[in-house]
Amino acid sequence: MSEKADQQKQNILKLITESQVWTSTFRHGYADTPRNRALQISANVWLHLHPTKVRRHGIRYRYTWCAGGLTFLLYLVTVVTGVVLMFYYRPTGEYAYHDIKYLDFDVPFGMFTRNMHRWAAHGMVIMVWLHMFRVFMTGSYKPPREFNWVVGVLLLTLTLLLSFTGYLLPWDQLAIWAVTVGTNMARAAPLVGTEGPFGPEIGVTPRYNMRTLLTAAVNVGPPTLMRFYVLHCIFIPVIASMLMILHFWRIRKDGGISGPL
Amino acid sequence: MSSEVVHSDHPIDRPADLKVGAGKLRIRAGTGEEVLPDKIHSWPYFVRVEFIAGLIMFLFLCVWSLAIDAPMEEPANPSMTPNPSKAPWYFLGLQEMLVYFDPWLAGVVFPTLIIVGLMVIPYIDINPRGNGYYTFKERWFAILTFFFGFHVLWVVQIFIGVFLRGPGWNFFMPWEFWDSHKIVALNNIDWPYLLGARGYWTSFMIGGATVGGFFSVIPLFWKMFENKPAMRQLGFVRYLVVSGLFMTMMLMPFKMVLRWTLNVKYLWITPWFNI
Ligand code: HEM
Repeated sequence: MSEKADQQKQNILKLITESQVWTSTFRHGYADTPRNRALQISANVWLHLHPTKVRRHGIRYRYTWCAGGLTFLLYLVTVVTGVVLMFYYRPTGEYAYHDIKYLDFDVPFGMFTRNMHRWAAHGMVIMVWLHMFRVFMTGSYKPPREFNWVVGVLLLTLTLLLSFTGYLLPWDQLAIWAVTVGTNMARAAPLVGTEGPFGPEIGVTPRYNMRTLLTAAVNVGPPTLMRFYVLHCIFIPVIASMLMILHFWRIRKDGGISGPL
Repeated sequence: MSSEVVHSDHPIDRPADLKVGAGKLRIRAGTGEEVLPDKIHSWPYFVRVEFIAGLIMFLFLCVWSLAIDAPMEEPANPSMTPNPSKAPWYFLGLQEMLVYFDPWLAGVVFPTLIIVGLMVIPYIDINPRGNGYYTFKERWFAILTFFFGFHVLWVVQIFIGVFLRGPGWNFFMPWEFWDSHKIVALNNIDWPYLLGARGYWTSFMIGGATVGGFFSVIPLFWKMFENKPAMRQLGFVRYLVVSGLFMTMMLMPFKMVLRWTLNVKYLWITPWFNI
């Protein structure tokens, strides 16, 4: 390139990168300097979940197995695919099963979306167990991270409940019987179940007990479907998201990723 | 610990990257050695790691979802109970406990204790060592207990529930035909009966004594080791929580073994509950 053309190119670049539109959009340069590396994190709303600097050992795969981050990734996959599914799905006894069939056979990429949702949910259950196992093995629940471990256990419980409430929604044989088996146990709860120790003595009836609180009826039926749908799509995700925010915030407040002192 | 690595093959330790990202090499006071600083820039080192892990997981999930379809059976039919009816796989550990305990224990009390037990771990494990690095030697009791509870009692039960349970919740090897008319002798008997007790009250007493005896390990152990420094440090209240959770967990293998060897059904029968 001639010197003149080179000069021209520089001028045009300058014109663009110093324009109001550019400077208001991109808040720092991209030259590989320590300052820009820090800004790349702290000036980005998504990335600033991270500290600008991390402890060297903390980014090794063999330390964290990335298990917490991958749990979060799988959660995000279920949120995105779940919203797509909601466009097609009606949680009633008449429609639920057929809406899923319609998704499977007629909606473009419907089967794929449903598969992604389901397998990501199962993957999340496995990842969250692995994450807990990793945190246990590195002793990362020890001071000052005790509280974040407790938040984690709540997240684990919510992850299982999310999966369980979603299991009912296809409204097929697999769904209702798995949920029947699962909710049957509530019948046996001490004090609040009809068949549990001291339940009848206290006045729990087959219609009003711990199980019917979950199933909204004596047997798993359409009212249960509606209840599980709301729990699955709104109630539990909102609570779980709030706890995840708390979890991530506490990681930073507890001094970042754990490591030898 | 890791700051003692001077140069390794890991990309974050390459001298070229050190100039900007990983910071300048420092000279350690005293020895004069060059050491790497403990902190490195998240961009690009950490974000890169996350990106790669996320990408691999995402691609894996896509391929899986293209290859295997989510299950969809016949429409829900309340009048046709499939045999076996299995809970979702991640709850099969609980369903498996139903083989050995009544639902109020297996389905309600034990799950609650599992959740609560997990939550109190940081408060009952007062061993300050092994915080932030992998070690077995420095906290073998904690690790073995977790291993037993999680891998043996939870994960293995899930495998049994998924692969080895068929109609009637009977045991089938994977290659065996799921014969729903398989005849399994129901010869389980209660523990006091096995010991020869026939009267109602004698059985009640024997059962109570057995369960009580099982848990009496807790005070006995305390009396034996009360004055050991480790026990002193733990304190009485924490000891009660640790040992209570531990022995309750051990009730499961205890009963499993009694069932397999002696066909024991219940240890203790009362008018209100059976264990
Ligand atoms: C929805 C579920 C969860 C998500 C999305 C999540 C996410 C994360 C992430 C991204 C980290 C950063 C380090 C890493 O990736 O390992 C982390 C750390 C941590 N998590 Fe979780 N987590 C979840 C559940 C749990 C559970 C079940 C536990 C424990 C019972 C737990 C306890 C902790 C603790 C103590 C840390 C700090 C670890 C350290 O500093 O080394 N989390 N979590």
